[in-house]
Amino acid sequence: MSVIEAKKLELVFQTNDGPVHALTDVNLGIGKGDFVSFIGPSGCGKTTLLRCIAGLETPTGGDLTVNGMTPDEARRSRAYGYVFQAAGLYPWRTIAGNVRLPLEIMGYPKAEMSERVARVLDLVELAGFEKKYPWQLSGGMQQRASIARALAFDADILLMDEPFGALDEIVRDHLNEQLLQLWSRTEKTIAFVTHSIPEAVYLSTRIVVMSPRPGRITDVIESPLPKERPLDIRDSKEFLEIAHRVREGLRAGHAYDE
Amino acid sequence: MSSVILAFVVWAAGSFICVRIAQGPGHDTTAARVAVPVLFGVTILAMWELLVRGLEVSPVILPAPSGIADRFSGSATVLWQDFLQTVLKGALTGYIIGCSIAFLAALAIDRVDFLKRGLLPIGNFVAALPIIGIAPILVSWFGFDWHSKAAVVVVMVFFPMLVNTVQGLADTTQMQRDLMKTYSASYWQSLVKLRLPAALPFIFNGLKISTTLALIGAIVAEYFGSPTRGMGFRISTEVGRLGIDMVWAEITVAAIAGSVFYGLVVLAERGLTFWHPSQRS
Repeated sequence: MSVIEAKKLELVFQTNDGPVHALTDVNLGIGKGDFVSFIGPSGCGKTTLLRCIAGLETPTGGDLTVNGMTPDEARRSRAYGYVFQAAGLYPWRTIAGNVRLPLEIMGYPKAEMSERVARVLDLVELAGFEKKYPWQLSGGMQQRASIARALAFDADILLMDEPFGALDEIVRDHLNEQLLQLWSRTEKTIAFVTHSIPEAVYLSTRIVVMSPRPGRITDVIESPLPKERPLDIRDSKEFLEIAHRVREGLRAGHAYDE
Repeated sequence: MSSVILAFVVWAAGSFICVRIAQGPGHDTTAARVAVPVLFGVTILAMWELLVRGLEVSPVILPAPSGIADRFSGSATVLWQDFLQTVLKGALTGYIIGCSIAFLAALAIDRVDFLKRGLLPIGNFVAALPIIGIAPILVSWFGFDWHSKAAVVVVMVFFPMLVNTVQGLADTTQMQRDLMKTYSASYWQSLVKLRLPAALPFIFNGLKISTTLALIGAIVAEYFGSPTRGMGFRISTEVGRLGIDMVWAEITVAAIAGSVFYGLVVLAERGLTFWHPSQRS
């Protein structure tokens, strides 16, 4: 059974310049424990699709269910953790305080809160930084803290919107590796938006290639790569083949027309 | 004549020492940071004293600092009584009431769009009324005592506090609000955990501007009727009796009270908005 299911999903924004078709005829099923990446150029609707799943945007047509509920119901039952493009930590809270924020809002008991905060900070290798303020940490550490914040409560789904987009490549590689380990340890379902082909191929069990005007899915690629993935798998023949297919898919969607 | 020459010698010496300290090796120490402004102030006072004596300026035009100091210590009881009446009763009460009402109004305006369109223009309108015009009306409504002064202060501080708080409550990013939405946080939760902390730098701006406004409002309002005490009352009557040294003594009290008042708000601001880029050291 699919955790996230989209059928003929459509989203049209009414703007002053006329309607913009952000999403057209999107059909997709994401199973439990999948790691699905959405890749495509700007304006292809990948972030919009993620926001629809999160209930932050409302589709104008088609069906979308998350855990069998509407996205809005899923949002209210706190079915997912969302990681944004920027860490978005609150500067007036310490790192531990930021990670505790969703727990406070959801009304977890005090003792459990500190236990959970310690556990997820350990998971993203930020133990020892509890009392620091976000502005005292590097960008990569801030983003790790924001991932910890999304993991702190028991959501089975993790929605990530270009979480490493603003980081340099060395930090990004490191965090990609950590994310894979975290995924295999927690068995969460992850939907991941990116515009980096290596990142998408390295992380995903399935890669959804999208293209703009109108925003749509042009290809869905099942990855034959094993679940265990050291960083140097990126030099293997299979990896390069998938990367090639993703690039072809992007080209076929006229993504680079201009 | 010799006092006048001495005044310029003092000025030259004072500024020379100030510059030497400011450019010297220890210019970043706390001692230097305190010493320079203190020395500057002392130099000004010394020049003032020497010039007034040397040029034989009439005390009705400008009394010497020593004369003001004499008057200050000689009238300590009266000054204290005026301070109680004007600063603590009039200004402080009005400040607390006005800022609280403005804060609550800002919350209401932020919550209900109808009020934003209705209340903000009214606030704007009230702020545009000249204080000289409202003060006598409020005195006739609330009586001669400090209540009418507090009312004037309420009118004066309301608008800057309101505008700053409303703006502060809007000062969150789309992402911060989306984050709260993904937790399906209630209105009150996102108010307390996100929007109020984010608004604090703005709220403190309102509070700081209001400290000076409160003092001005409370003093000026006493010109339009007051019991026989209060700083504004004293200033207006002493001017009539040519007791200019007493006017300066009251000005001194007002300056000290205003600085302390402002300083306390700044201290609170540092403690609560330490995270804001403008406060990080």
